[in-house]
Amino acid sequence: MLTLAIEIGFALIGLAMALNLWRLVRGPDATDRVLALDTLTINAIALLVLFGIRAASSAYFEAALILAAMGFVGTMALCKYLLRGDLIE
Amino acid sequence: MSIVTEFTVSALILLGAVFALLGSVGLARLPDFFTRLHGPTKATTLGVGAMVLASALYFSATQPGFSLHEITVMVFLFITAPVTAHLLAKAALHRRGAKRREELK
Amino acid sequence: MMRRILPRPALSAAIFLLWAALANAASPGMLLLGALLALALPFVTRPFWPDAPRLARPGTALRLAARVAVDIVVANWAVARRVAGPLARLEPAFVEVPLDLRDPFVATILASIVSLTPGTVSIDVDQERWVLSLHALDAPDPGALIREIKQRYEVPLKEIFAC
Repeated sequence: MLTLAIEIGFALIGLAMALNLWRLVRGPDATDRVLALDTLTINAIALLVLFGIRAASSAYFEAALILAAMGFVGTMALCKYLLRGDLIE
Repeated sequence: MSIVTEFTVSALILLGAVFALLGSVGLARLPDFFTRLHGPTKATTLGVGAMVLASALYFSATQPGFSLHEITVMVFLFITAPVTAHLLAKAALHRRGAKRREELK
Repeated sequence: MMRRILPRPALSAAIFLLWAALANAASPGMLLLGALLALALPFVTRPFWPDAPRLARPGTALRLAARVAVDIVVANWAVARRVAGPLARLEPAFVEVPLDLRDPFVATILASIVSLTPGTVSIDVDQERWVLSLHALDAPDPGALIREIKQRYEVPLKEIFAC
């Protein structure tokens, strides 16, 4: 049962990431793209957690944590850039 | 692992995946930026939350001792999601204003 | 005396619990390291923190946290149905909530709660007029939404921080 649930979970999150990618390519505005990128990171975290359950290894957890931190900082930097047109103040 | 835990873990995985998908469906379908902003707040809160709870439950059941470190991912996302949404909304308003000023020139 | 060692007991407790969860094993060494961090970090980061008001009612705080958790699940379900349903029926709106509280820190907590519960995203807290502006995905009646936010979240927050 668990194996099946994990497989379905992979499929659903893969589909979600494809939709995010579509929004990332389509735009239309830069803020939409940043939002799509942020959502992509969050879905990647979910995917990594799922990989961790399937492999029964907690090594994936560290990758998920780093991705969470990096995704947040990256989104912040992009937002600041959109707000000021300048990254380093 | 008992059948009850296995069932709960499976249900949480499916719940998380469905909500992550619905968040992205919202991101792809909704008509303008501010409505799209609602999609990802959902995907983070319930989608990743349920997924992480499934992982915590699974590792607590299969390995000796409790496994709580997955919760830190959830805590971190719960703190950062409002900040991200807030700054994105500000950036969108800023750009919208800039565009309008450009048109008036 | 207690205040000198622990200037922010809530922050110290949060750091210690987070460290214990992150280490994932309650070995004495890790717990000791966590305790040291919990003692040291509030001092190191003191210049960065705004003056947070005193936590007057921890019990009410716990009840509010539980209520927010339930609201996140319920509101998620409601928004999921709207996202999957026909979009033409949605009535998105910018809403301005006049605030009664006058503390930047508490206003930030309120804005975060509003953002976390799906269906509403806070955009700005105006600290001159004390207005929280937010965007709602589906608000046929903005007045009811304003009343709900004030009733459900602002009143308990004011009580918790006694401001």
